[in-house]
Amino acid sequence: MISISNVTKSYPSAPRAALDGVSLEIEKGEFVFLVGASGSGKSSLMRLILREDVPSGGEIFVLGQNLVGLPNRRVPLFRRQLGVVFQDFRLLPNKTAAQNVAFSLEVIGKSAGFIAEAVPDVLRRVGLEHKANSLPSELSGGEQQRIALARAIVNNPAILLADEPTGNLDPKTSEEIMALLERINLAGTTVIMATHDRGIVDRLKKRVVELKDGVIVRDEKGAGYGVQR
Amino acid sequence: MNLKFVLSEVSTGLRKNLSMVVSVILVTFVSLTFVGTAGLLQMQINTMKNYWYDKAQVAIYLCTNTSPDTVCPQGEASPDVQKTIAAKLEGATLKPFIKKYYFENHQQAYQTFQQQFKGNVVAKYVQPAQLNETFWISLNNPNQSAVITESFSGVTGVEQVKDQRTYLDQIFSILNIASLAAVGIAVLMLFSATLLVSTTIRLSAVMRRREIGIMRLVGASNFYIRLPFVIEGVVAGLIGAALAGGAVFAIVQYFVQGYLVNQLPLTSFVGLGDAATILPLLIGAGVVLTAIASNQAIRRYLKV
Repeated sequence: MISISNVTKSYPSAPRAALDGVSLEIEKGEFVFLVGASGSGKSSLMRLILREDVPSGGEIFVLGQNLVGLPNRRVPLFRRQLGVVFQDFRLLPNKTAAQNVAFSLEVIGKSAGFIAEAVPDVLRRVGLEHKANSLPSELSGGEQQRIALARAIVNNPAILLADEPTGNLDPKTSEEIMALLERINLAGTTVIMATHDRGIVDRLKKRVVELKDGVIVRDEKGAGYGVQR
Repeated sequence: MNLKFVLSEVSTGLRKNLSMVVSVILVTFVSLTFVGTAGLLQMQINTMKNYWYDKAQVAIYLCTNTSPDTVCPQGEASPDVQKTIAAKLEGATLKPFIKKYYFENHQQAYQTFQQQFKGNVVAKYVQPAQLNETFWISLNNPNQSAVITESFSGVTGVEQVKDQRTYLDQIFSILNIASLAAVGIAVLMLFSATLLVSTTIRLSAVMRRREIGIMRLVGASNFYIRLPFVIEGVVAGLIGAALAGGAVFAIVQYFVQGYLVNQLPLTSFVGLGDAATILPLLIGAGVVLTAIASNQAIRRYLKV
């Protein structure tokens, strides 16, 4: 599903490579935590999988596509198979919850009929059908992240990338989001989540990939966050 | 393709960016008005050429007693000169080129002069003998005046051979320069219009960067992301071009047909039909230019 081999990513402005010889295989339906300190390369890796960047060296295959050779014009179609959520939710403040979700379908040219069915459906899946007409400013942080998740999964992506999705949330709300992510994972979507949240990683006992200075220092199934460094 | 969505994006962009959009409209309007005016001038030149070139004749001026000694050392041309020229014009070599010709003697030239300069003081002082006797020649093809000029220049008793078109050509070259100047100004202004479009589109993109970010993440096609911006630019360009078209029609209707026609009754002028020919060109230029400018602007601003 995702096959990364010997990938290097360096930026002209930085003296040290953000990723240095990273190799990683992720199978369909897996749930993977990416852990590591800030600047360890988690975000760089996510950006490469999303094809926001191309590696300086090495190869990345995602969903059968060679991302190194993928021409720019094919990138949008590739991204439709992926869902993404962020720490800061990234909802449009002037659109309601339902409109935010609908927006992501409108812009990829889905029909009004499809949107009218899919949006209430996905809002039910995240448990927010009663908040469909609320603006983001009227929602709590956890609710906003659930809307962001609804937007990410409404198009049934094969892979869901979550970059610190609980970073702005209190522990109880974080639990709700994690429960939702597990449900999404059980429904067949591969989930890759970058996080600093020791408690969540330790409790869920999933596969953990730890990065340090752009290198994978640990790749363990059913593991915890690891020793405090 | 969700047209309703694209249009609502466009109208949001236009409203939030109103002052910039208005400036784009105005600059396009003024620059395309210059383009249109230059076009009208060219059409006017052509209309006048068709009208006057047909009427223009070649004149063979015979020597008078007052002609300069350098060309007419023997003074007034003798009747023999007149006969020789007439014979040559009737001859096999020149006849095929000539539609018709006539001879104007001193007295006829004097009458014409008195008519043309009626009320002018010069009419009082001029004497028939001072005015050249002249052969007026209309050619089958006005472009072939060189045949006459070459045959009669330097012939004894001929002061000068003059193609009247050379006088017209001076007028036309002045009009040509005017229309070139209008085109020059138009090019400069169109250049600034395209720069303004770029700036406007960028501003618009910055204001919608959140939306654009999400569109890119969820995999909206580049075409779909760019389309609202390009339409935004084109709408401004279209309005500007339509205003310029209106201005061109107004110039023809009120200035040319309403004023010039009365002032210069003997000349034929461009009409609304000519303005209608220019209109699609203006609209096309406005749309194509703004479309290219906004597409380039949004391309540079939005990498995948």
